Amino acid sequence: MSAAAPSITDVAFESPTINEIIRTLTLSAGFNARVVVLSATLLGISAGLVGCFALLRKRALMGDALAHATLPGIALAFIIGSALGLEARSLAVLLPGAAVAGVAGVLSVHLLVHHTRLREDAAIGIVLSGFFGLGVTLLSYIQSMSVGDQGGLATFIYGQTAAMLPRDAALMGSIAVLTILASILLHKEFAIVAFNDDYAGVQGWPVSVLDLLMMGLVVLVTVVGLQAVGLLLIVALLIVPPAAAAFWTRRLRTMVVLSGCIGGFSGYLGASVSSLTPRMPAGAVIVLTGGAVFLLSMLLAPQRGLFAERVHTIALRRRVAREHWLRRLYEAHDLAGERVPVATQELASGGFGLGALLARTDLRLSGLIEVANKAARLTDRGERHGARVTRNHRLWEQYLITYADIAPSHVDLSADLVEHVLRPELIDELEAALRAREALPERLPDHTQRESGEHL
Amino acid sequence: MSPGMATFMALDLPAMLAGTLAALACALLGNFLVLRRQSLMGDAISHAVLPGIVLGFLIAGSRATLPIFLGAGASALVTVLMISALRRVARVEAGAAMGVSFSIMFALGVLLIEQAAARHVDLDAECVLYGQLEYVNWYPPTDWGEFWTLATLRDVPRQVVVLLGAVGVVGLFIALFFKELRITTFDPAHASAIGINSGFMGVVLMTLVAGATVAAFEAVGSILVIAMLITPPATARLLTDRYVTQILLSAAIAVLIGVGGYLAGAFGPSLLGLEGVSLNIAGTMTVLAVLMLVLTIFLSPTHGVLARARRRGRLAVQIARDDILALLYRLEEVRPDHAMLEAKLSQAMGQTRQTRGALRELIALGLVQREGGTLALRHAGRAHARGIVRSHRLWETWLVEELGLRADHVHQTAERLEHLREGGRPIEPDVPDGGLDPHQRPIPDRHEQGH
Repeated sequence: MSAAAPSITDVAFESPTINEIIRTLTLSAGFNARVVVLSATLLGISAGLVGCFALLRKRALMGDALAHATLPGIALAFIIGSALGLEARSLAVLLPGAAVAGVAGVLSVHLLVHHTRLREDAAIGIVLSGFFGLGVTLLSYIQSMSVGDQGGLATFIYGQTAAMLPRDAALMGSIAVLTILASILLHKEFAIVAFNDDYAGVQGWPVSVLDLLMMGLVVLVTVVGLQAVGLLLIVALLIVPPAAAAFWTRRLRTMVVLSGCIGGFSGYLGASVSSLTPRMPAGAVIVLTGGAVFLLSMLLAPQRGLFAERVHTIALRRRVAREHWLRRLYEAHDLAGERVPVATQELASGGFGLGALLARTDLRLSGLIEVANKAARLTDRGERHGARVTRNHRLWEQYLITYADIAPSHVDLSADLVEHVLRPELIDELEAALRAREALPERLPDHTQRESGEHL
Repeated sequence: MSPGMATFMALDLPAMLAGTLAALACALLGNFLVLRRQSLMGDAISHAVLPGIVLGFLIAGSRATLPIFLGAGASALVTVLMISALRRVARVEAGAAMGVSFSIMFALGVLLIEQAAARHVDLDAECVLYGQLEYVNWYPPTDWGEFWTLATLRDVPRQVVVLLGAVGVVGLFIALFFKELRITTFDPAHASAIGINSGFMGVVLMTLVAGATVAAFEAVGSILVIAMLITPPATARLLTDRYVTQILLSAAIAVLIGVGGYLAGAFGPSLLGLEGVSLNIAGTMTVLAVLMLVLTIFLSPTHGVLARARRRGRLAVQIARDDILALLYRLEEVRPDHAMLEAKLSQAMGQTRQTRGALRELIALGLVQREGGTLALRHAGRAHARGIVRSHRLWETWLVEELGLRADHVHQTAERLEHLREGGRPIEPDVPDGGLDPHQRPIPDRHEQGH
């Protein structure tokens, strides 16, 4: 069995030692690794910052078109550089080419949207694939011509930190610092343009200049990140951190800072992992780290996270169920003139399942109802609550009839839906308004039964 | 069969066929993406199938079609669901939801490829992007007589067969659900109202896009898939307003791109004298597609930049003609025996190209006569001018009486409305005729009264 086919299990994974891990994470694993990790971190921070504004300006996918469009620029810069006898493989030659082509890509999207009937989505797709196709054609030309030392031009597509020289990383890092400074200094300007460009224009801000600057920063980040992350994935660095940050806050300043931190963290961890383990391309690992942060944020963020929202929904549902039971019981008692037990089956209103059981248990444990022989009645405290709930309901019903011109037979449904979210101040206002029009409902439960400080 | 022909049949024909079929399948589906403004879903899906392709490949251990197909379909489905969940549940903005989803999937794919490469698996990241058309070979019999036998047809390259199947499925889908696709594309709300589930149609469409992506990826790579999904339909969209015509046109364009792009890539360099240069075929096809689009943007008879510029130019000259005639008519009204100096006209109308062109046309048509530097209306010209001035003054009356505008506010508006035509004549608003306009000038009769 010597010639066994290669299978998934037969490659030993050489895991790095704890020592190696610590040295890399603390930036002391040699000069090269340090520079690479540091510049990936800086790149992550600057992409996170710039991406925030781009995302809010709804230009997130423009970055993708831009990144793809850099490829023919790189190839052309290489061809021209070789023809001029320069060291064509150096970043100083390639990156300006990438930047020019990227800007040309963005301008093409703009022209397509404004001068043809094509929409932005189609325009982005056309530019993205068209420029990339041109780049691929030029790369194949370069390869077959074997002009100069062309090894590694294709690494810009997927990125390859290993191909990075310390001086490349240093260049990358310094441009990243520049971008960070610019987005801090222009924070207010970008914020106003991103949120409300019309207002910004009316206020006298040079909107198109600011837009251009913002796009310029996106171009810089993209071009700088090409080597580390690759042009196919760089857009993720612009989108994922701000999208993750948006779950945590509604304040722009906090979001920008958070987004920068998430980007920086992804860059740091991604580059470290990539340098520690073989066959872990930095770009992909950085993006996946960001993706993990995004996932955690989506689930766990305290207000906008999915868990928090779920908890909120459940709490609301519980309140709605309680208030329904209390009102039905109160109305039944009110009609009978005394607290006659009502069959729980009638109270459950269509839901005989878990929901009804939960509501019943919940109310009983809270001491608001007493249950005996499958029939329930309000306790003293329960009656006070019931009075308040019923009062709210009737006020709201009356309001809809008086002010919103709804036929009385249709009122109950919407009253049922809305009454649970009315706040006490709104109820007072409602009552005052109805009193002023002498339209208070008949049989309104007594006002004095409402006790202060007691809430459901 | 000649040796040259045999080489062509063995190397070029299958590759060309594969490229063309891939372009065709994508372009047909792309029409709906472009019309639904979901072009970028095509982009997202063709990136996002990568991890599925690699996993299918790893599990099967070969390029067998089915596992790869299933893997890619699964990851496309995951991506589509992820995008819609991010939008609906987590309320992430559409562009960001797409960007987050496909870039994470793609990163996962890149990582898997690198890991797979460690296992000596014959799959590299670049062939996913560019495809490997050069490996689509066929060894047909050298004799035409044996050509249509079963044995020969069994040797047709797998990629070609798969792509042929993809085109067939896509074509069948469009033919069967033609009406449903149309209605869910243009008016999803109406579609729901009459009981067509547009969400479901959307999912089926995305599944097919994923299928076409996978069928095409091995031959032409994912970049060409994106280009073919969007560019031919976009080109067709600039040529026609009709749904059926657009679909057919996009198919024709796709075939042109497939054949032309292949020929340009395979034989272009040697025709240009660049011996030893070989170009990436997927790349040349994409470039050709973009070139065709650019040409269409400029030259399309209906929506082209040039055609629209020409129409605007014509309109500007027509407006200038109207203005010259009306000016001369008003002058005649005030001072019947005065001819107008040509210099005065330029002064009043501005020394523009349109004015000069309009005047030349008016003289050539015999509506205006020029004599020694003065201009005057001819009989035919006066009839035209009367119509325009009549329209202008009727509009002024209408604006004052019907809209309640003040008399000194209506001239500018009437100046624009007088140029509107219906059946070649200026439009006349429905107001009592024959009186005076708000500025106490007589509204001319439609026809000249006897003096």
